[in-house]
Amino acid sequence: MKRLATAFAIATILALGSQAAFSQTLKTVQDRGQLVCGANGTLAGFGMPDPNGNWVGFDVDFCRAIAAAIFNDPAKVKFVPLTPGNRFTALQSGEIDVLARNTTWTMSRDTTLGIDFAAVTFYDGQGFMVHKSLKVNSALELNDASVCVQQGTTTELNLADYFRSNNMSLKTVTFATADEAVKAYDSGRCDSYTTDSSGLYGERLRLSDPDGNLVLPEIISKEPLSPAVRQGDDTWEDIVRWTHEAMVDAEELGVNKNNVDDMLKSSAPDIRRLLGAEDQFGQSLGLTNDWAYRIIKMVGNYGETFERNVGQGSPLKIARGLNALWTKGGLQYGLPIR
Amino acid sequence: MLDIVQPAPLSRRQWGNLALQAALVVVVVGLAYAAYVNAAENLAKAHIASGFRFWNNTAGFDISQTLINYSPSTSTFGQAFWVGLLNTLLVASLGIVLATVLGFAIGIARLSRNWLVAHLAGGYVELIRNIPLLLQILFWYNAVLKALPDLRSSLSLPGGTLLNNRGLFLPRPQFGERFGFVLAAFVAGVIATIVLYIWAHRRQDLTGEPPRTLSYALALIVALPLVVFFLAGAPLRFSFPEMGRFNVLGGIEILPEFAALLLALAIYTAAFIAEVVRAGVLAVPHGQTEAAQALGLRSGSTLRLVVIPQAMRVIVPPLTSQYLNLIKNSSLAVAIGYPDLVQVFAGSVLNITGQAVEVIAMTMAVYLFISLVTSLLMNLYGRAVRVVER
Repeated sequence: MKRLATAFAIATILALGSQAAFSQTLKTVQDRGQLVCGANGTLAGFGMPDPNGNWVGFDVDFCRAIAAAIFNDPAKVKFVPLTPGNRFTALQSGEIDVLARNTTWTMSRDTTLGIDFAAVTFYDGQGFMVHKSLKVNSALELNDASVCVQQGTTTELNLADYFRSNNMSLKTVTFATADEAVKAYDSGRCDSYTTDSSGLYGERLRLSDPDGNLVLPEIISKEPLSPAVRQGDDTWEDIVRWTHEAMVDAEELGVNKNNVDDMLKSSAPDIRRLLGAEDQFGQSLGLTNDWAYRIIKMVGNYGETFERNVGQGSPLKIARGLNALWTKGGLQYGLPIR
Repeated sequence: MLDIVQPAPLSRRQWGNLALQAALVVVVVGLAYAAYVNAAENLAKAHIASGFRFWNNTAGFDISQTLINYSPSTSTFGQAFWVGLLNTLLVASLGIVLATVLGFAIGIARLSRNWLVAHLAGGYVELIRNIPLLLQILFWYNAVLKALPDLRSSLSLPGGTLLNNRGLFLPRPQFGERFGFVLAAFVAGVIATIVLYIWAHRRQDLTGEPPRTLSYALALIVALPLVVFFLAGAPLRFSFPEMGRFNVLGGIEILPEFAALLLALAIYTAAFIAEVVRAGVLAVPHGQTEAAQALGLRSGSTLRLVVIPQAMRVIVPPLTSQYLNLIKNSSLAVAIGYPDLVQVFAGSVLNITGQAVEVIAMTMAVYLFISLVTSLLMNLYGRAVRVVER
């Protein structure tokens, strides 16, 4: 119902409103004194309120990093939980400033939705989880199986593609939210549940018997997850993109939450530019020059947020894999600040 | 004497009213047009695709229940729309039939002189209509159907039917070539019965002899096709559902999502229909019943021939609203993953194409259309059962 309401809202706004307000997101955010961030809400490790109501997760920390850069306060974020169905509408209609909700960057989304993707924060791929009792060891054995899937995701499309290209048939059971899909899988309505493999590890922990379930080795798709902003506000897109780049650069340069104050005194030019001790990179973003210092001081570098939320410091224990730095065989490659 | 009706010339005041109404129509249409143009302009400015070009693009997603041919690799978003619409119509029409039967039974049971029957029916109405429908749908889906045994311990019902938490699997009939004869015999039987019925009623009007058509009707509609069926060499086979590795294969599959939605809609709406029926029956003056009994009609005949026909004129208008409610409530399917119009079209299609304005506007228009057609049919029926004053 929330989806219908949001869709109706955008229809009304588009029909009656005007588009002028959308081109000055930074000013809007500063005037409001708060960043409004579209997040998942139910995905452990990426975006979910903890038992005390504090939002935690990898995507959540990304929004906190933006808030730190703008306000010098990572707490000045309001998180709006979104479903795959209403996330783009919420962004298009201006309900949120940035969408950080494990969203795959695809061409059609980039070109037809009026949104832009800023930077790939997490390289993911779709996988399958099955009940161990089925004694299945490969996704290729899933011919004729029932698969629970969440609606409105690239997952839903990849699933049909994968079975088709391997000449297998399947029975899809589609649910509006991941919660319902996982519950149905847990109760035995489906043989398998499919989503991005990062999500599988998180959802597995919420099953009635996590150990009775197995994540299959196949990764059947490319899912570059990226935060998105409205098209046509380049300044804002720059801020979101460089928030990510600064976090990766910091990891590359060995700057982290604990040593960032010492690093201010470093003589290495890369570090001095990153932390704003040299040149005016922050001002060219419309922020202060210590923007990246604030991000690292208050949230941490890329590796720290990764390990804390989804890596070894978390129950998910996802390996860095493709998300390791390029210097360590991964794909995370911080663009140069200069 | 014939009255020749001349339209009276409009007075000044009526002209004024007409002009005012015309101006209002112009304003409303103008506003709608302005909203449309403004929306199109804003969408273009925000670089959001608009229009219905997506209609013929490949859908790419799978749907669990399809009444027409649909394959994710070749079918289009347009076909996905029809799949969703047919699924909505299926659950709504079956729901209306079930709710009507159940509702009438309970409404009349509530008026029964039997204390237990009346109070059971009353309890049903009070319990069901005071719990939100969404909860009832979730109850049927999660509490009842998910409690069914899993695939490997499926219940085998008589007739080769299997029941498990994946659904109910019935044998699928496969008709032989000569099954056409059986069908023809059935149609002939039905037509002959209708002719017989009309003839018997004419005779009743003339001679007062009550029509006794039931046994003839049974012979024509049931026995005749049955005889033809065996003469034609029993041209009917069944393919029975079989256990595959993951799922039951073959047979007709009834999804638990469908069953849960249908049950919840029928049971919920029946509670309201029962009240409508009760009100309608109570609106018939008691003198009518007494008069019927004085003429020697039995209580069943009194109800069927005297009370219900008069109650119908009171029942039909609120009954129409209940039907409309049921149709619109079927969109709650989205909560349990039944692929109705909202789930498929305003769900998957909207999310994949991102064209919220077009998809939502179209979905609303479809519900409006279905509701208006239902209203129209019910109004026609209402006119047919109206009491004709003589």
